[in-house]
Amino acid sequence: MGEKEKKIVKTIKVDVDKCNGCRACEVICSAFHAQPKYSSNNPARSRIRVIRDPLRDVYVPVYAGEYTPAECMGRDKYVIDGKEYDECAFCRASCPSRDLFKEPDSGLPLKCDMCEDDPPLEEPMCVQWCLNDALIYEEREEEVEEEEPREEMEIGLEALADKYGLEKIIETVARMSESKNG
Amino acid sequence: MRYAETGFNLEIDLSRGNIERVETDPRLTELYLGGLGTNAKILWDRVPPEVEPFSPDNLLIFGTGLLCGTPATGANRTIVTTISPQTLLMAYSMMGGFWAPELKYAGYDKVIIRGKSPDLVYLWINNDKVEIRDAGHLQGKGAIETAELIQQELKEPKAQVAAIGLAGENRVYYASIEQGRSSASRGGIGAVMGDKGLKAIAVRGTKDINIAKPVEYLELCNEVLEYIKFRNENPIPGVMPILRGLGSPQEMAVNDEKWHTTNFMWGNSRTRRRDFWTEEVEKKWAESMENARTRLISCYNCPMKCGATISMPGIPTYMMKCFSKLTYTMAAYSDLDFGFRIAQRATEYGVDAYSTPQVMAFALELYENGILTDDDMPGMPSDNEERFYWLLDRIVRREGIGDVLANGTYWAAKEIGKGAEEYAHNTIKKHEQLPLKLGMLNPVYFLMYATGEKINITQIEGQFPQAPYLKREHREAFVKDWFQVPDEKFKQYFLDWEFRGEHSNPYYPTVEMSCDIVDWQERMHYIDDALGVCAGLSSFPLKPPYHMHNYPSFISSGAGIDIDEAGLTQAARRNRDLVRAVNIRRGMRRADEKPPEDHWKRRFPELEAKLLDEYYKFKGWNNQGIPTKESLHELGLDYVSEDFLQRGILTDDENTPSKEIPAEAEKR
Repeated sequence: MGEKEKKIVKTIKVDVDKCNGCRACEVICSAFHAQPKYSSNNPARSRIRVIRDPLRDVYVPVYAGEYTPAECMGRDKYVIDGKEYDECAFCRASCPSRDLFKEPDSGLPLKCDMCEDDPPLEEPMCVQWCLNDALIYEEREEEVEEEEPREEMEIGLEALADKYGLEKIIETVARMSESKNG
Repeated sequence: MRYAETGFNLEIDLSRGNIERVETDPRLTELYLGGLGTNAKILWDRVPPEVEPFSPDNLLIFGTGLLCGTPATGANRTIVTTISPQTLLMAYSMMGGFWAPELKYAGYDKVIIRGKSPDLVYLWINNDKVEIRDAGHLQGKGAIETAELIQQELKEPKAQVAAIGLAGENRVYYASIEQGRSSASRGGIGAVMGDKGLKAIAVRGTKDINIAKPVEYLELCNEVLEYIKFRNENPIPGVMPILRGLGSPQEMAVNDEKWHTTNFMWGNSRTRRRDFWTEEVEKKWAESMENARTRLISCYNCPMKCGATISMPGIPTYMMKCFSKLTYTMAAYSDLDFGFRIAQRATEYGVDAYSTPQVMAFALELYENGILTDDDMPGMPSDNEERFYWLLDRIVRREGIGDVLANGTYWAAKEIGKGAEEYAHNTIKKHEQLPLKLGMLNPVYFLMYATGEKINITQIEGQFPQAPYLKREHREAFVKDWFQVPDEKFKQYFLDWEFRGEHSNPYYPTVEMSCDIVDWQERMHYIDDALGVCAGLSSFPLKPPYHMHNYPSFISSGAGIDIDEAGLTQAARRNRDLVRAVNIRRGMRRADEKPPEDHWKRRFPELEAKLLDEYYKFKGWNNQGIPTKESLHELGLDYVSEDFLQRGILTDDENTPSKEIPAEAEKR
């Protein structure tokens, strides 16, 4: 058991009734996470996606959560107020069952980091750009078990390992460093 | 690296089934910016005036604005350009929605269609993979239905689809191109798409759009958003409800329709019903609206909610925006419920919501007056509303009288004869206009109606209030935070404008002021149409977030093109003259530049002539409205004057036409 420590829990309250489907959240998310910052934008790289089906009045902004190497044993489908939502519509995982939350070129998983920045932003950019208040930022304090945070590279590498196998990655890294040194 | 734009166009030859990805010349972007500007350049270069609208040599260009796909709020316009079958001039209808940004992300600035496919096809653009696919199974399908079917068969719900319905397939002269909540409706561009055998273009893109100076650009975007928030919280007092805020007129949100229903004309733009709006009507209409509207919705990357999802019991859901809410209702002297119902069918058929109701009301007027008879309308129902459905069904199929009416009131009247021309009273340059008939001539509006080349008043007006304010103190309050003016003199023009007396219409604003005001209003539209920014955030509403003072920075930091206010004004003039040049070469002259005869009760022929004389001069055009050699040279458009000289449209010594060209090309 680790130490107990105070932690800020960051929440984005998603009010689907207020969403107007404009996807400004996707635009600014992908721009914020571009390298260098704002140098490009591309909703396909966004860590928030509005699942929209206008004729059925379906508008669900979903944030990218954890990467998962395997899809679930079963899939869920929700019907709310008579509206049937897409399979796994509310799920945040970057998962093999769908193309959501993956870098379009590399297929590497994407994950919402609440626009981590230095100095920290008051609110994530998607919230700032949602003038219709479909996205509302909230913070609260909670006591949690201490946990070593994993680095972004490790998460990325894990995804690659799942795709190609650890062996292959070790080989590739060895070859790359050889050709660089050699 | 190219910034804001992708630097590539798609060239599609439907006759040969050829697809090419072509790199564009960045110098053209510097000169014409993009969107309408570069569309016009392509049309000038590649579609000579001999080419008829339904020739395989006519081009159909889907152009994105320069800023489309960047984080600039509301930069989502697709500008569709071709030669119109109805006006025989350049048509450049535009649509919002989601299509243009998606095309940018797929890696293209434009799709340029030429030729004709022998069989009905659709185009599937998926990043680098572009296919011409069979659309035989989509023949006769509705435009919205088609989009859904294509998304399903491609298993790509994120694909954005622009499609035509039956009207486009059957080359109805006012057929639209529909795209979910948006449509490019004016000028019959859907008919050209149908003539080319192209049912739809589906596009999906997952590439980046680059920004030249990222931090600077984002700051500008944030300022625009902040100002939108401010304007949403601070509506403009003293104007009718739909004009107080930003966006398109808020027809989907506002229930109060007193202004439209008591000021605009009903039927075939005939009857003003000053007492129409009663408490009872208001209650019933509000109910209809609340029941029909599921949600207010937006275009890509825009917080304004100008559209709505409309679900009427028993008919499929569709999306609507703006004034189409009332056009069918008012043409049929009916109610909002009818308007919502017939608009659903009209949207699936893909027809323009300005022209279509007017054509149908025109037909019924001819029938009531014995010019069309039962022989022309066999089987027409007796119920008024049923007649509108009956006519609509026949028009889009070109069945019987529908075949004549499918060409619009101008051409239909000519074909019908027997005095029918008197009833086609509401067109400019052969194109149906808003049903508006007023008392006193307004000099600014006279010029805009006469010379606007999009041939639609909403696509040239804006920025400057439509009418004076009664009290001076209110005018003073209005100009206080009016920083959008390109020059301080506009404030004075407005301050001194009165309802009555010396400083009122038609002699005030003076001729000189009217030229200034029209030029400013038009300039903003031309800039928007090149950048792909929605007029609802710029050229159309009062006090918009985009204006002459921040646009140059958007272009510099976004696209990396160094430009200042003078340079941007010059680029807008260049585009404007190029559009005019295309039309001049097709025979348009001063005689064509006139509002409907009955638009105002009180007309002033001498003043009107002077207004046109002076405006032409102001614009650097000769007395026929033809850009002069000198002004073309100033704009770097020498290739236009050379062509004009060769064709005898301009002569070397004097800039007057040496050769008479029929003003009204009557080709059919």
